[in-house]
Amino acid sequence: MPSLPLWSQLINLLAALLLLLAFAMLTQRRVLSLIRLFAAQGFVLALSTLVVAYTTNQPDLYMSVAVTFGLKVLALPWFLHWLIRKLNVQWDIETVINIPVQMLVGIVLVIFAFNLAAPISEIAGTITKSTLGIAIASILLSFLMMIARRKAVSQVIGFLAMENGLFFAATSATYGMPLVVELGILFDVLVGTLVFGVFFFQIRETFESLDIHHLEKLKDR
Amino acid sequence: MKQASGIIFQVLQSVLVVLIAPLVLGWVNQCRAWLQNRSGPGVWQPYRVLNKLFHKDAVLAHDASLLFRSTPYILFGCMWLAVGIVPVLATSLPFAPAADVIALVGLFALARVFVSLAGMDIGTSFGTLGARREMMIGFLAEPAMLMTLFTASLISHSTSLPTIVDTLGHGELVIYPSMAFAAVAFVMVLLAENARIPIDNPSTHLELTMIHEAMILEYSARHLALVEWATSLKLTAYITIGFAIFVPWGIAQAGDWEGLLIAFAVLLVKLALAGAGLALLETVSAKMRIFRAPEFLGTAFMLATLGMLIHFLLEA
Repeated sequence: MPSLPLWSQLINLLAALLLLLAFAMLTQRRVLSLIRLFAAQGFVLALSTLVVAYTTNQPDLYMSVAVTFGLKVLALPWFLHWLIRKLNVQWDIETVINIPVQMLVGIVLVIFAFNLAAPISEIAGTITKSTLGIAIASILLSFLMMIARRKAVSQVIGFLAMENGLFFAATSATYGMPLVVELGILFDVLVGTLVFGVFFFQIRETFESLDIHHLEKLKDR
Repeated sequence: MKQASGIIFQVLQSVLVVLIAPLVLGWVNQCRAWLQNRSGPGVWQPYRVLNKLFHKDAVLAHDASLLFRSTPYILFGCMWLAVGIVPVLATSLPFAPAADVIALVGLFALARVFVSLAGMDIGTSFGTLGARREMMIGFLAEPAMLMTLFTASLISHSTSLPTIVDTLGHGELVIYPSMAFAAVAFVMVLLAENARIPIDNPSTHLELTMIHEAMILEYSARHLALVEWATSLKLTAYITIGFAIFVPWGIAQAGDWEGLLIAFAVLLVKLALAGAGLALLETVSAKMRIFRAPEFLGTAFMLATLGMLIHFLLEA
């Protein structure tokens, strides 16, 4: 096996960590731990972007590292913490259906994503090309999490984790999007989360619970 | 000449590991005691227990068959053979080509089958209960263990442990992300297979949740001593397999006497660290319900599989 340069190895390691965190979020029952894992994922994301920025010498990326760190490691987790404290769901334990089955589905998704990314990685010339599969896998895993969860807060965290995956995909495929686009997306995510926060209060006021299941019975009788 | 030194190394390693295995267990218990703010019985306690048990008269159940009586010897033999195959101090041992990692897992399985049969042999309800639970844990832990070992085998293109050690320990330093996954999975399997917390509590003798202790409840005196010794040998074997795969630095090659001394010193340091780490893991985690064990080991299996997938994606 031809050994890769050290930086490339480091990026691969961080990418693997990202995938591990995505799986950990998939199997986590507690809302509080979920937020911590989300913050950790944001941190790993920022770190790997920093390594890419340093190796490829792109000043644009440093900017997005700073924004990612500020938003995904500090601001959003802080906001979510505040939210669950206000909603008093800190110690909520979600009855996730059958974690082993979810993990098996997750492994199938990972295999699917790796196969999907293989031809793209082959023609790509970036040093991050092999991590594209991991990026797609973490997007799909977050998607699975959004489908499998029933509580509104965890669904929103799944949505945010999906954005993390998309950001990572952009970094690994093309060394990141143009700064304007990136800032726009991050702003969207921020506003989206705030709007979701307002929604939580409304949902709870109407149904006295954050279980999305109640939304299925919205008929006027 | 090389052959002769290989044999000397083999004998030396086998004897040494058998002698220090109770010390490993004692060290883990001592660390646990310190972490729980107790003074602890000291690291030599397992030796005192073994000494006491060997001097007692054995009591056998009326219905005990030959199987029950011979199991401690089979168990001890299996574990001793296992630590003889693992490159603890030196690679290129004469025993090593006889069995690769898959055979090693088979050896553990053989020991497990005999202990379970012995547990059921005398017909007490506790023995049967323990045997069933042990088989359940075993059948979940084995695939995860094999997947972990396959990840290391894929990297070094061989299932033989000495080759794995040579490739990973004596080659140039490369970061393998897949090995990080395999290491986490391996630690989870180690906890489950050696009846440690969160799966089983090793320091209990009368609890409805016990697994390993339930099977060996009817053993006494020299039989119990051998079973206990084999338990500590199994723990040492698992820890040294972990060393061989994940931290293979410092293991000597055959015929290298100076390297052997260094290897011994490195081994002691590594064992001390691993024992303290194990005690810490056991102290911070709580024992889980037996029906959560499939989830725990399923996670281990998933991590090992992910490690393999990542190897194909990032390192192939």
